[in-house]
Amino acid sequence: MFAYIIRRIFWAAIILLILSLVTFTLMHMIPGGPFDREKKLPSEIIANLEAYYHLDEPFWKQYLNYLGGILHFDLGPSFTSRSRTVNDIIRQQAPISAQLGLFAFFIAVALGIPLGILGALKQNTAIDYTCMWLAILGVSLPNMALGPFLIWIFGLKLGWLPIARWGGISHMILPAITLGTAYSAIIARLTRASMLQVIREDYIRTARAKGLSERIVMLHHALKNALIPVTTVLGPIFAIIITGSMIVEQIFAIPGIGKYFVTSVTNRDYPVIMGITLFFGALIVIANLVVDITYGFLDPRIRYE
Amino acid sequence: MKIRVKEKEETSKAKVKETNLWKDALHRLMRNRMATIGGVIVIALCITAIFAPLVAPYAYDEGNFWNNYAKPGKEYWLGADFMGRDLLSRIIYGTRVSLSVGLMGATVSFVIGIIYGLIAGYAGGKVDNYMMRLVDIGYGVPTLLFIILLMVYFKSSFASIQPGTLGGMLSSIDNALGGMFFIFIGIGITSWLGMARLARGMTLSLKEKEFIETARAMGASNLRIISRHILPNIIGPCIISQTLTIPTYILYEAFLSFIGLGVNPPTPSWGMMISEGYQGMRSYPHLVLFPALALSITMFAFNFLGDGLRDALDPHMKL
Repeated sequence: MFAYIIRRIFWAAIILLILSLVTFTLMHMIPGGPFDREKKLPSEIIANLEAYYHLDEPFWKQYLNYLGGILHFDLGPSFTSRSRTVNDIIRQQAPISAQLGLFAFFIAVALGIPLGILGALKQNTAIDYTCMWLAILGVSLPNMALGPFLIWIFGLKLGWLPIARWGGISHMILPAITLGTAYSAIIARLTRASMLQVIREDYIRTARAKGLSERIVMLHHALKNALIPVTTVLGPIFAIIITGSMIVEQIFAIPGIGKYFVTSVTNRDYPVIMGITLFFGALIVIANLVVDITYGFLDPRIRYE
Repeated sequence: MKIRVKEKEETSKAKVKETNLWKDALHRLMRNRMATIGGVIVIALCITAIFAPLVAPYAYDEGNFWNNYAKPGKEYWLGADFMGRDLLSRIIYGTRVSLSVGLMGATVSFVIGIIYGLIAGYAGGKVDNYMMRLVDIGYGVPTLLFIILLMVYFKSSFASIQPGTLGGMLSSIDNALGGMFFIFIGIGITSWLGMARLARGMTLSLKEKEFIETARAMGASNLRIISRHILPNIIGPCIISQTLTIPTYILYEAFLSFIGLGVNPPTPSWGMMISEGYQGMRSYPHLVLFPALALSITMFAFNFLGDGLRDALDPHMKL
């Protein structure tokens, strides 16, 4: 178990290293420098600037510098936003995205797990089919379509909720639903499938044979075990919420990190693109790592080789 | 039809009356009403894409400034956008972009994945081990971030390359395709891992079979064994599994075009139309809602069809 954890951490580090190398190389290979202007700067000034930012050094040395910066949690300066470093940008805007993501996650779980259980308990009935139909619907509705639909219905037609900006809870509802729906659908399908598998296990029959009430069998014996595989999607959810946040924050004008990422892509602000990519990448890799490790604690039947 | 060999083995093992896999699957698929509807819509979308110039009332880049932001009506059924271009026509031409990215993205990653998987599985041993280790690492790298990086690189660096070089050639192909070429490549480079795993797994189990041994005993070269004996036997399931990923690629395109890394204007893409329209939603909701609807319907159709296909081909999966 311990060796397994060490090995997983080692691989996660390798993946992050590769991601940083790929990111740095790709951004480095793009022609044109940060000091290219309409009016050409004198070459002495460019040389001085490049020396100041260490851009005159060979590629590998620049990469090592950058990597050294990352290890100190320093992601460098931004090209377009002079007063803020990439660190500042992440520090200021990531918490908003995190809030939104947590709320979306809450909605997804609160919606997905009951739907999945319902589907499994009423297998092959109209209820089950409706649940699974809804789940495919939810998976199919892209963020960039669901967002405008919700804005149109609840914001513009009914006028119940604000359609943009960031403030109280009311501002969070529509974007969180937009972000959470796809994930709730995935949870629902997974919960149903794993519930159906567990219900057929011998220990469920044993529990029933002991004369336990159906409710206790389902809640204590079946559901607990059925939810273990569901934890595996907690890693991918990070990816979904992060990538989804780029679109949702853009549509709902939420000043989160996803919106800033899209802005920096539009502005071709390479240090910010690199920094946020690595930040997102690290989050996803760490989330996967944590899920893999906790999976083993949750289900003692799993043995690591 | 080569899969029947495998199917026969399985069915005889289970002592079930043998039927044709494909006929059986089609029958099961037709019984699934949502999958059938999905299939019909997908076919309709393909026809729309192919015959877009005949179906669309206007050209996708034909603007009329007197009619910008026109509401849906007689002249423009779904209204017109900020440049007075007919929305319906742009949505119809957008079908072309979505479907070709779905199809070509699937094809590129299919080719890369199946070649990689075949080599790894056939070589076996150390080579296989290293090659698959690389795939494992690739799985850890978030696909969408990787694709964004690649697209930033493509979009920024190939634009300024002089014609005559390889880069210039690629760039002109991309321009001719309205910016789709690099999306194909981007998807291909980032999405072949699953295919490689599948192909490798099937190759591994297949290469121990007697008929491969026979071929080798008869002096067939490695290349011939792979291309004539292994590939035909694994290609069916590989194509199917790749078909199931098409909606993902369609979504990638919409996403990339939404954040400005997708097709070049004026090529119409649903994702780009949504991103162009959402800021003016209060006044002109039709500019967003119709492309969003088109994207959603396409995703429904593909997902329902894919879901039905999966159930139909693998009845054991359905608990």
